[in-house]
Amino acid sequence: MTARLPSEPKPAPAPGGDRRAGAIRVALAQIAPVLADRERNLPLHLAQIEAARRQEADLIVFPELSLTGYFVRDMVPDVALARSAPEIQRLLDAAGPAALVAGFVEESPQHRFYNAAFYAEEGRLLFVHRKVYLPTYGLFDEQRYFASGERLRAFDSPRFGRVGLMICEDLWHLSAAGIMQAEEIDLLIWIANSPARGVGGRTIATAETYDHLTRAFAQLLGVVVILVNRVGFEDGLCFWGGSRVVGPDGRLLAQAPMLDESLTLADVDLAELRRQRTITPLARDERLLLTLEELHRIKRGHYDS
Amino acid sequence: MTPDPAVESLRINPELVAEILCRFLRNELRRAGFRHAVLGLSGGIDSSVVAFLACRAFGPENVLGVTMPYKTSSDATRRDSQTVLDQLGCRTLNVPITDQIDAYFRQFPDASQMRLANKCARERMTVLYDQSAAFEALVLGTSNKSELLLGYGTQYGDLASAINPVGDLYKTQLYELAAWLGVPESIRRKAPTGDLWIGQTDEGELGFTYAEVDRLLVLMVDHRWRRSELVSHGFAPEFLDRVATLVRRNHYKRRMPVIAKLSQRTMDRDFRYARDWGT
Repeated sequence: MTARLPSEPKPAPAPGGDRRAGAIRVALAQIAPVLADRERNLPLHLAQIEAARRQEADLIVFPELSLTGYFVRDMVPDVALARSAPEIQRLLDAAGPAALVAGFVEESPQHRFYNAAFYAEEGRLLFVHRKVYLPTYGLFDEQRYFASGERLRAFDSPRFGRVGLMICEDLWHLSAAGIMQAEEIDLLIWIANSPARGVGGRTIATAETYDHLTRAFAQLLGVVVILVNRVGFEDGLCFWGGSRVVGPDGRLLAQAPMLDESLTLADVDLAELRRQRTITPLARDERLLLTLEELHRIKRGHYDS
Repeated sequence: MTPDPAVESLRINPELVAEILCRFLRNELRRAGFRHAVLGLSGGIDSSVVAFLACRAFGPENVLGVTMPYKTSSDATRRDSQTVLDQLGCRTLNVPITDQIDAYFRQFPDASQMRLANKCARERMTVLYDQSAAFEALVLGTSNKSELLLGYGTQYGDLASAINPVGDLYKTQLYELAAWLGVPESIRRKAPTGDLWIGQTDEGELGFTYAEVDRLLVLMVDHRWRRSELVSHGFAPEFLDRVATLVRRNHYKRRMPVIAKLSQRTMDRDFRYARDWGT
């Protein structure tokens, strides 16, 4: 019997031995949220946070819309939270000294709803990213329900350096990756709700694409990429999981299982950033002003004529 | 030589497909609060594949396979469905439908073959739904993507189900999955038939083979090739127009009944919730 649906998340064994200096321990919380039921998803998060903290994680990452599930549709206004909501504070408190990333539906003071993710450190909310690129084609209909974010910005983490936090479709746009490179990030946290499509190959075709993209972004930007994708089903769609950490040389450092809920721990040596950037200093050689000039020229041609 | 894009696109990794479909079945059953599944077994490839998947997913003791022969059902149909049931060791039930069908048509002795076939399909549906209540089970659908696109099925008959694991697989792909699952060769080798009347075969009735039409459908539907591109690729214009018309004309079978809109929020138009809402 190959079809096993685990009811309990099974933490992978913590990486053995002491962490090397400069190494951080990342926990990939690959969960299957309950659709549009915050009350049940909150304890799911708390349990994962507790398990990750027991294994001394420095950074705990949940997938896109982890507090609500994906196809929220007309429930969007019912599950939305202000970023100051007590539920979010509870998660921050539970994470304690560990940094935390989770996905939620954010309601702005103007009552716009965003597909958003927060980053917290030491119990404080440091950054909220609102998904800019809302896929509305094929099986996706996000723009019907969400307002689009209007910023593509990185932020500074006192512990891990400069961080980019992107949500799923955001990084299917090279411009977003380019801006993250110009922001000179060290860590790219990419959270997703990617449904499986394409079953002709060795593995799910969508998973293969994410494999290419995570490796390419890690190498081209010279950063550590942390991808966390959810698992479980919604209305026949299978979210494939396969969360991972990729080093700046494009090497896969850790990978969560496909399809199963899991808490996967990975020790990431940030000193690798220096080594890789010495060997292949792509970001150093980036010509930001040239890029801007060319973009301005294209803008003049497209929009100003 | 460049590989044929249609053949490439129809290729599946059966192990991966079986893994996803078994998880899907378990997931949907659990969400609906059930532990059992029921399905009708015709002795054909579609229902055999679903029976094999269901037994892998739930264990044979939680699956009820129902055979519902009509008096004209062929011996091959009866024999093949029995082979599947014996091999899987799931729960079984035989409910002949001849009495109720014949009782009804005594009032309409001139009814066409098509009316009889549709009535049989709907009778089997009511048996399955009644047995689903008795067995505390969900009804599994067995319509494949080729049939759903061509409208080759009876609305509220064999097209009716609670969950359908094979509705996104073309017939060609089902054969590949069936082989991997271990569906008996006698079933995989025989001509597809709804056993709607004596000697009936799907391909005879449709006028083309599933192998032909699947190659067309996957390019037309999944890859959105234009008519001119399909013609250049070698599909006969009459064939592809006929298929395109079947797909369009039968779209109603794939949708809920149309509701006249009057209020602010109307079912399925602007009252939009996932079916898995809250689970």
